[in-house]
Amino acid sequence: MAGASDKNYLNEKSGLWSWLTTLDHKRIGILYMISVMTFFAIGGTFAMLLRAELFSVGPTIMNAKQYNQVMTFHGAIMVFMVIIPGIPAFLGNFILPMHLGAKDVAFPRVNLMSWYCLITGAAVAFFSLFYNGADTGWTFYTPYSISTQNGTVLMVVGAFIIGFSSILTGVNFVATVHKLRAPGMSFWRMPLFVWALYSTALLQILATPVLAITLLLLTCERVLGIGIFDPKLGGDPVLFQHFFWFYSHPAVYIMILPAMGVVSELIAAFSHKTIFGYKAIALSSVGIAAVSFFVWGHHMFVSGQSEVAGILFSFITMLVGVPTAIKCFNWVATLYRGSVRFDSPLLFALGFLFLFTIGGVTGIMLAVIGVDVHFHDTYFVVAHFHYVMVGGTLMAIMGGIYYWFPKMFGRLVNEFWARISFVLIFVGFNVTFFPQFILGAMGMPRRYFDYLPVYEPLNRISSIGAWTIGTGFLVGLGVIIHGMMRGEKAGPNPWGAKTLEWTTSSPPPHENFLVQPVVTAGPYEYR
Amino acid sequence: MSIAKTAEQHGHHHHAHHYESAEHEYNASKFGTWLFLVTEILMFGGLFVGYILFHEKFPHMFHAGSTFLDWRLGALNTVVLLVSSLTMALSIYYAQVGQRQKTLINLYITLGCGLIFLTVKYIEYSHKFHEGLFPGAFFTYEGPEAHQFANLGMYFSFYFVMTGLHGSHVLAGMSLITWLIVRTHKDEFGPDYYTPLECVGLFWHLVDLIWIYLFPLLYLVG
Repeated sequence: MAGASDKNYLNEKSGLWSWLTTLDHKRIGILYMISVMTFFAIGGTFAMLLRAELFSVGPTIMNAKQYNQVMTFHGAIMVFMVIIPGIPAFLGNFILPMHLGAKDVAFPRVNLMSWYCLITGAAVAFFSLFYNGADTGWTFYTPYSISTQNGTVLMVVGAFIIGFSSILTGVNFVATVHKLRAPGMSFWRMPLFVWALYSTALLQILATPVLAITLLLLTCERVLGIGIFDPKLGGDPVLFQHFFWFYSHPAVYIMILPAMGVVSELIAAFSHKTIFGYKAIALSSVGIAAVSFFVWGHHMFVSGQSEVAGILFSFITMLVGVPTAIKCFNWVATLYRGSVRFDSPLLFALGFLFLFTIGGVTGIMLAVIGVDVHFHDTYFVVAHFHYVMVGGTLMAIMGGIYYWFPKMFGRLVNEFWARISFVLIFVGFNVTFFPQFILGAMGMPRRYFDYLPVYEPLNRISSIGAWTIGTGFLVGLGVIIHGMMRGEKAGPNPWGAKTLEWTTSSPPPHENFLVQPVVTAGPYEYR
Repeated sequence: MSIAKTAEQHGHHHHAHHYESAEHEYNASKFGTWLFLVTEILMFGGLFVGYILFHEKFPHMFHAGSTFLDWRLGALNTVVLLVSSLTMALSIYYAQVGQRQKTLINLYITLGCGLIFLTVKYIEYSHKFHEGLFPGAFFTYEGPEAHQFANLGMYFSFYFVMTGLHGSHVLAGMSLITWLIVRTHKDEFGPDYYTPLECVGLFWHLVDLIWIYLFPLLYLVG
C-alpha cells in the first residue's frame, strides 16, 4: 500500500489521449470545466463588445448587422454552452457520485459521449460564423429565423446537438441517483446538491426533447420548406414560440436549480450548522421543477395568446415564488446563529442570495400581465434575467469552484484574491444591471443596436460596470490558475464539511473512496 | 427476470467496476434505457401535438391528403414491424435460455423486417416525389385537390417529417441490431448476460409502437 496515497485521479494516467478517452466522472468533470470556461471567455468577450458599442449613441465599433450577430452569439453561447452545462455537467459530474458514495456515474461511456456532443454542437454553431453567423437572438423566433439569409441553420443544428449532451447527462444522473447510492444512503440522507441535480435531470429528460423537435422542425422549415411555422404556407409562427418556451422555460430552471443546490451546500458548510428545513429545501427543488412546465406562456403575454391562458400563466408563474422563497428563508435561517466563516465560497453564496432575490422579485413583477405589457422586450427584462442567471447561477458556479477546488486539485486558492474577485464581480454586476431596470422602465427596448440620447448616461454606467465584472472574472481565472500551480496543499477536508466527498483524500483516488462508505447519518450533522 | 449466477460457458462478461454485480448493472442499464425512451416519446410528442393542432384547423385538407397514401402499403409495414417485434422478443428469450443459434436467426429476421419496412417506405416516397407531392413550399402537384386546398403541401410536411424521423429511428435500430448480431457471433451473450439485447429490444419495441400511432393518423385519418 505504500504510495497508494499518492495515486489519484489526476496522476493515475497521463497524456492528452488518456483525458480524451477517460471514463472517470471526475476527469470528465474537468473536461467540462475547461470547455465551459473557454466558452464563457468567448461569450463574455462578446458581452464586453456589446457594452462597448452601447457606451455611446450611434455606431462606434460595429454596425447594426454585426451587433445582431454578436448579441446572438453572446446569448446562445452563454445559455447553451455555459449556464446549462455549467453546474450539472461540470460540478455535478465531479461531485454527484461522491455525494452518493458511488464509484462513478451509472453510464460512464454515455457521460463521455455527452461531452463530445457538447463539443461537436459548439463546433457546428461556431462554424456558422463562416456563413455570416446568425442574427436571430438565441430564441430563433420565426418567421425571421426562416427568412434571414445566413448561417442560422448551423447555429440551430449546433443547439440541437448540444441538447443531446444535456439529455444524456440527465439520464445518467437520474439513473445514478436511483441505482448507485451507497449502503445507508436513503433519499432523505442525500445532500441537497444531489436533490437539486436530480430535479434538474428530470427537467433535462422531460423538456430537452421538445427543444430537439422544435429545432428539428425549424431546420426542416428552412431546408425543406415544410411551412408548419410559416404563415405563408398556412403555418403558425406562434406555435414556434409555444414549442420553444415549453422547453426554454423549464430550461431556466435547469440553469438555476443546480445553483440553488450549490448554495445549500455552501451555506450549510460555512455556517457549520445543520441546515434548516432540509426536507423543505429538497422538496422545493422538485416543486419548482414540476411547476416550471406550466408557466411557458408568460413569455408570450403580447403574442396574441388568449387572455384566459394569459391569466392562468400569470397565476402559475407567481406560484414559482413559493418554493423559491421557501429556499431563501431556510438558507437565512441556517445562517442565523451559525458559526459563520466568511470565506470566499460563502461570500458568493451571500451574493447569490442578494442578487437572486432581486432577480426573483422582479420576475414576479413581470408575471403581472399589466406590468409586463409595459416592460415586455425592454431592458427591464434583460436586467431581470441577468440578475437570475448571472447573479444567481454564475455566482453559484464561482462559489462552487472555490469550495470544491481543494477537492478537485488538492490545493487551496489564494483567499485574498478570491475575495477581490468576488468584490469586483458583485459590485460590477450591480453597476451593470441595476441601471438597466431603470432603462427598461424608461422604455429602452432590448436587443437594439442604438438608442435615444436620453438613455446615454445610464448606458455608460452600465458599460463601466460590465468591464468591472470582466475584470473580476479575469482575477478569478488568475486565482484558479495560480491555485492549480502554486496553491498550498489542502488536506482531505479544509472546510470541516460533513458530506461524503470530504471523507476521501484530495484529490480523490480513481474510484473515489478506498473503502466503500456506509452511511449512518444525514449530510449536515454539525451540531 | 433474475440472472443465473452460476459459471456459464456463454458470455464471459465482467460487470463494470462501479457496480456490485451483473444484476445491479443490468437493472441500471434497463432503467437508463427507459429514461431514454421517455425522451424519445417527448420528442415525437412535439410532432403529434403539431399534427393535432393543424388537423383541428384543417380537417378536410388532412383527409384529402391521406387519400394520396396507399393504406395497403401502410398495413403491410405495420404487419412487418409487428413480426419484427415478436422476433426481437424471441431473440432475447433464446439468449436467456442459452440457444445462440436461435437468437441469431431471430435477430436476422428482425433486421430483415427493418429492411423490408424501409424498402416499402422507399417505394412510397419515390411515388410521392414522382407526383410532386413534396412538403410545403416545394409542393408541385397539379391535380384538382391542390386547387381545392391552398395548403395541401402541409399534409405532406407532416407525412415526411413524421415518417422521416421514424424511418431514421428504424435505421438506428437496424444499426444496433447489426451490432447485436456481431456480438452474438462472438458468443458474448448468454443466460448470465444479455443486457444489450434487452435494451435494444426496448428501443425497437418503441419504434414499432410509434409506427402503430403513425399508421392510423396518416393513412386512415379519413
